[in-house]
Amino acid sequence: MLPVRALPAVHSLRNLRARWVTSLLTTGGMALVVFVFAAIRMIGAGIEATLVATGEADNLFIISDGAETEVQSTLARDQASIILARPDVARDEAGRLLASRELVVLIALPQRDGARPANVTLRGMEAPGRTLRPRVRLLAGRWFNPGAAEVVTGRSIAARFDGAGLGESLRFAGREWRVTGVVDGGGTAFDSEVWGDLDAFMQAWRREAYSLTLMRLATSGAEASFRRALATDPRLRIDVQSEAEFYARQSRAVRLFFDVLGWVLSLVFSLAAIIGAMLTMYASVAARTAEVGTLRAIGFRRAAIFLSFLVESLVLGSIGGVVGVLAAALLGFVSVSTLNWQTFSEISFRLTLTPEIATSAILFALVMGLLGGALPALRAARLDILAALRAS
Amino acid sequence: MSGAAEPETPVLAVNAGKSAAPMVRLAAVSKSYWRGGEQLTVLNNLSLEVAAGDFIALMGPSGSGKSTLLNLVAGIDRADTGQVEVAGVDLATLDEGALADWRAANVGFIFQFYNLLPVLSALENVELPLLLTRLHADARRMRARQVLGLVGLADRLDHRPGELSGGQQQRVAIARAVVADPRLIVADEPTGDLDRAAGAEVLALLGRLNEGLGTTILMVTHDQHAARAARRVLTLDKGVLVDSAGG
Repeated sequence: MLPVRALPAVHSLRNLRARWVTSLLTTGGMALVVFVFAAIRMIGAGIEATLVATGEADNLFIISDGAETEVQSTLARDQASIILARPDVARDEAGRLLASRELVVLIALPQRDGARPANVTLRGMEAPGRTLRPRVRLLAGRWFNPGAAEVVTGRSIAARFDGAGLGESLRFAGREWRVTGVVDGGGTAFDSEVWGDLDAFMQAWRREAYSLTLMRLATSGAEASFRRALATDPRLRIDVQSEAEFYARQSRAVRLFFDVLGWVLSLVFSLAAIIGAMLTMYASVAARTAEVGTLRAIGFRRAAIFLSFLVESLVLGSIGGVVGVLAAALLGFVSVSTLNWQTFSEISFRLTLTPEIATSAILFALVMGLLGGALPALRAARLDILAALRAS
Repeated sequence: MSGAAEPETPVLAVNAGKSAAPMVRLAAVSKSYWRGGEQLTVLNNLSLEVAAGDFIALMGPSGSGKSTLLNLVAGIDRADTGQVEVAGVDLATLDEGALADWRAANVGFIFQFYNLLPVLSALENVELPLLLTRLHADARRMRARQVLGLVGLADRLDHRPGELSGGQQQRVAIARAVVADPRLIVADEPTGDLDRAAGAEVLALLGRLNEGLGTTILMVTHDQHAARAARRVLTLDKGVLVDSAGG
């Protein structure tokens, strides 16, 4: 017995071309769903990419135990002193500790376009804080002076918030803060922050405790023993993690939200696309009933007929998938801002098309094609030969 | 299939004298359909033998059972009772998949309206039955070209059916029917949609195939002129054979 032989793929492709208007409309519907699916998930991926890129793998990030965010964390001065007194903290060429005690505060700033004020992260830091973040570079102006009411703003903040541009002034904590520079965060969350001197910020907000300590160890690979040492010190109730790990965790909930949103919305929209594909394929079966009868008479089995129609539907799905993904990829050139619910602050990011999103979007389209084509293909395969031939 | 109580009927042997073993053997075959709640008997206890290499024209008024007989022999329909044996195979013993494979290997079809696939070229249409064989793509192409050459369409290989005349389309259909070298060709009104000249060409071609290749041909026709191309004419009426004559 011969194995089941399929009809040539060119037959399916030419049939799609012969009915190009309906093929185009069906493909367009699928492409739209794929676009929505990919675009929404790209938001989550963009935020994640921005936050993950924010953390340096070599930096240790120390916040109070139980705090989920920097703003929630309270690290007492004596606790920070105990940590920084350890001999394994790295030092720079000048012998200064490669560590920055920092205060992180959220404030609402007015936006340039008149929209409602939005939360912005303010970070007071010590001088090594800049060294520990090598991707952040000054775009224009100069860095803030120690103790002065001066700040530098991330480029996204400078562009979007009233008074945040170079040479302008921001008002918070009861005083005016002169913007002496604009920094490029290199696509990290620092593009959406305002930085100033730690002491000036502590004084302005009358704070006695820091939010975190960022530091580097003298010896790479000594992180585990450093963590163990701090964990066993009864004076400390802290959480030590790598900076990269901290920011990755910050993005997890946001990523999950957009992933779920993308799936749910796309599943709803996909119903229409699947029905569209189904109608197209049913029409195709109806128009080619005699053809099916002929093929079956010649000796093609039901499975070959089923596959032939299914291939058409899958081709529609795959074209829709590729077009949708390509359209979504164009969104990668767009930079947008949104609220990071984890920190309740604004974050600027680019929508990011990851290989995983592209692959899943195309698979999603193929599944739409499969579901849209399966029933019509089954109907074609189950046609009675004589009845089909009578349709000539 | 065949009930023991069936009355014995004389077997009408149509033998061209080329081979002792019949290509087609129908024994007490009956077939009926239900239409509007009423049973309509189309073939009634029909027995028939057709020798290998014969060319038979099946004639008779509409509803006489010609096409049903053709469909049973071609393996695209099944008898209610009786035995249909083609090339030594009792078709009732084959399941649907095996019957499809059997048709691919043994039967070539020619339809009144050609039934070519409109999106495929003449060459691709003729190549279709060869997709069901073990031939490689190059061999398939070569064979399809060769057969299209035999039917006089060597210069129309890449034309789609819509770009060919009715007569040319039927010649493509004939090429498709013979390309896999079947033992039996069934033709349902092959000249029914053609003018007289194109019809004559098609009949001449069928005659040459029968003479040259020894392919057994069963042709349903209403046209006396077409029937004359056959070696034998069988006439059916109300599901029974009523006449047999030389073509």
